[in-house]
Amino acid sequence: MLTLNNIEVIYNDVVLVLKGLSLEVPAGRIVALLGSNGAGKSTTLKAISGLLKPENGEVTDGEILFQGQPIHKKDAAEIVRMGIFQVMEGRRVFEHLTVEENLRAGAYTQSGRHFAGDLTLVYDYFPRLKERRNQVAGFLSGGEQQMLAIGRALMAHPKLIMLDEPSLGLAPLLVAEIFEIIRRINREQGTTILLVEQNARLALEAAHYAYIMENGRIVLEGSPDDLKDNADVREFYLGLNEIGSRKSYREVKHYKRRKRWLS
Amino acid sequence: MDRFVQLALSGIANGAILALVALGFVLIYKSSDVINFAQGELLLIGAYLTYAMVEQFGIWWPAGVVFAVILSAVIGVLIEQLVLRPMIGEPTISVIMVTIGLSSLLRAITGAIWGVTPRPAPQFLPTDTVTILGANVGVDRLWAFGLAIALFGILTLFFRYSREGIAMRAVADDQQAALSMGISVKKVWAVAWAIAAITATVGGILLMSIFGGVSGTIGRVGLLVFPVVILGGLDSIPGAIIGGLIIGLLQSFAGGYLPPEWGMGEVMPFIILLFILLVRPYGLFGQRIIERV
Repeated sequence: MLTLNNIEVIYNDVVLVLKGLSLEVPAGRIVALLGSNGAGKSTTLKAISGLLKPENGEVTDGEILFQGQPIHKKDAAEIVRMGIFQVMEGRRVFEHLTVEENLRAGAYTQSGRHFAGDLTLVYDYFPRLKERRNQVAGFLSGGEQQMLAIGRALMAHPKLIMLDEPSLGLAPLLVAEIFEIIRRINREQGTTILLVEQNARLALEAAHYAYIMENGRIVLEGSPDDLKDNADVREFYLGLNEIGSRKSYREVKHYKRRKRWLS
Repeated sequence: MDRFVQLALSGIANGAILALVALGFVLIYKSSDVINFAQGELLLIGAYLTYAMVEQFGIWWPAGVVFAVILSAVIGVLIEQLVLRPMIGEPTISVIMVTIGLSSLLRAITGAIWGVTPRPAPQFLPTDTVTILGANVGVDRLWAFGLAIALFGILTLFFRYSREGIAMRAVADDQQAALSMGISVKKVWAVAWAIAAITATVGGILLMSIFGGVSGTIGRVGLLVFPVVILGGLDSIPGAIIGGLIIGLLQSFAGGYLPPEWGMGEVMPFIILLFILLVRPYGLFGQRIIERV
């Protein structure tokens, strides 16, 4: 459904952030993109959704295909209309608008005919939003704001939702709830999901396939089960040592271990 | 008492017109962070266009007014596209300089076309007076007030219920997030300038009708926009309305009760401007970011 071929992204004409990144998101799946801070995960999403331009970024090489069509030259509004919706990192709800107005803003690209039905759908997934429909979004809790951000995406009838760190700053119970809903949306609506996470354990639970990126390129990919068995992933992303118990920082030698994919 | 009522009513009417003009300013600021020093000139152009339609081309006045309003909306959009679009991403001070330059340019254009001598203008509003609470008040002032309120009502509905209105508020809140859901920020800016030009034109027509003439001095109202928006809060629409009314009333009372040779009617708004900047720079209703604790 979505294919990134060897793309290169440069900010401000000088900073090379993505260095020939390729990945593939098949229709109807949840694909996770993992990596540490500054690996280029958010940049990847912005390159897909056309949001690089306001930040002076540019796709300088490679191509991004969505359902066979190149989209890396299109602007954000066109890409949303084609069916890709990015839920930005940090929730980014419109704080001074009510919950329902936020959802209407999400439905901006839609004709309005489906509005009532879509609203019911969102409220079905997130009953808490319904209770607070007329409340100003700035006063919602972090979890509710994340739900609103995902609800806003649903309003646009996307074929592909890209979630940028939905777990950021939320309590573990809430995170579990939100991930469950993401899985349900994927299952029930058939929406393809590209999930960017730092919380590798959670993401690998939810995803059908996962990529790990570092320094602007993909270093490892595979099914979650394969990745969970990979020694490097266990060590650096899941915090487990060879035997499978929790990593202890008392083992002085742990820093000596090198990631094999870097050599 | 009569005098008080009279001053209050005329102050409210003037204030409503001020509020209309300030509203356009606030809309542009909210949606695109541009401080528009040419707001008064938009008003001037709107008034002259109406004058041209009705007096020079002899169009039936309601139609002339509608044409003038539409034309000024087009001019507003053109200004946004041709002058401000290339300034995106430039420092605030450059954008301010551009709008100051724009205001001189627009003023010069009206001067070149219509000259600098005041022209008698059509008075659309009835000119008789009514007695309210013992005070004689011009009916035109009441009309001006009523029309301004009606326009505010329409705009409020627009912002609350229409797709474009909600999109405009979304852009004002978080531009990038708005972009991420397919809202066209450029379209929002164009709409903001169109509405600003329309409200300024309506303000201009009302002023022209009250004064019975049109000249460059009408554009001076543009300067009064600053006390209004600083008082109300640069980014607050209710602030523009309430600030407009307060400044209108203050002007009226200061001009009516203080010795006329002091000229306090003209000065008072700017004393308020200084005072507000010192004690409450974000204004009465200016946005401070909502903080969740």
